[in-house]
Amino acid sequence: MNSMGFLFSAYSAIWVILAIYLFSIHSREKKLRSEVERLKKMLESKNHKL
Amino acid sequence: MDQKRQSTFDAILGVLVLVGMIAALYMAFLQAPQEKTMGDLQRIFYFHVPSAMMGILAFSVNFAASLMFVIKKDRRWDNLALSAGEIGVMFISMVLITGPIWAKPVWFVWWTWSPRLTSSLILWMLYVAYLLIRAYVPDPDRRAMVSAVFGIVAFVDAPIVWFSIRWWRDIHPSPMLETGGLSSAMRPAFYACVAAFLVLFLYVIRRRYFLESTRYEVELLERKVGA
Repeated sequence: MNSMGFLFSAYSAIWVILAIYLFSIHSREKKLRSEVERLKKMLESKNHKL
Repeated sequence: MDQKRQSTFDAILGVLVLVGMIAALYMAFLQAPQEKTMGDLQRIFYFHVPSAMMGILAFSVNFAASLMFVIKKDRRWDNLALSAGEIGVMFISMVLITGPIWAKPVWFVWWTWSPRLTSSLILWMLYVAYLLIRAYVPDPDRRAMVSAVFGIVAFVDAPIVWFSIRWWRDIHPSPMLETGGLSSAMRPAFYACVAAFLVLFLYVIRRRYFLESTRYEVELLERKVGA
């Protein structure tokens, strides 16, 4: 591999790591948001019963 | 800050990250001159060093937040410590991958057990262990306290990483800004990259902290539903 190949690999690695991490934050956030909504509804229906 | 303001702020910060990164790439590839001995390969430095700086900054935030949690026992400090710890692992992962990619054509080896490299690898392993501890302690209060203590102890390695090239003889390049190894023509590109990474750091830590706050909200709601 020539120096441009090494340079390309290094910068690609940075972008891939960053993209994976941002995607993981986004997907975890989405999952937790829907969990909050589900629990809020459960709590509302529980309060209605009381 | 209310939800709407927070989203607007995040959006502005997101745009700043994008603009900052484009500017950093422009400066690193087109503005900075080619280095005489290493050629274009030296351009790895413009993202490698800021990644390392942000990694150390993240672990410093983890240390301070862990200390605050031990003193105040406030869950928000634990949320911040976790966010910073995870982000630190991400930045140091970048360092540990881009470093050997630079080293192979320059040193002719991917890796060598020099003080800087070894202490960096240990630092990364310590904070991976920190995240694993969090994953394996089920009780939230106990998890927060155990990981806070671990975070405080683990931070001992961060100054060792930082000062290793000053304290011991090392194959790793010496601190270029202090020794004058970075020419004045290269400095604007380097500072632009550090600034872009700093904005990225702020953006990611905010997003990660918000995620942890939502997790805490889920925990509280689960307790209410279960009660």
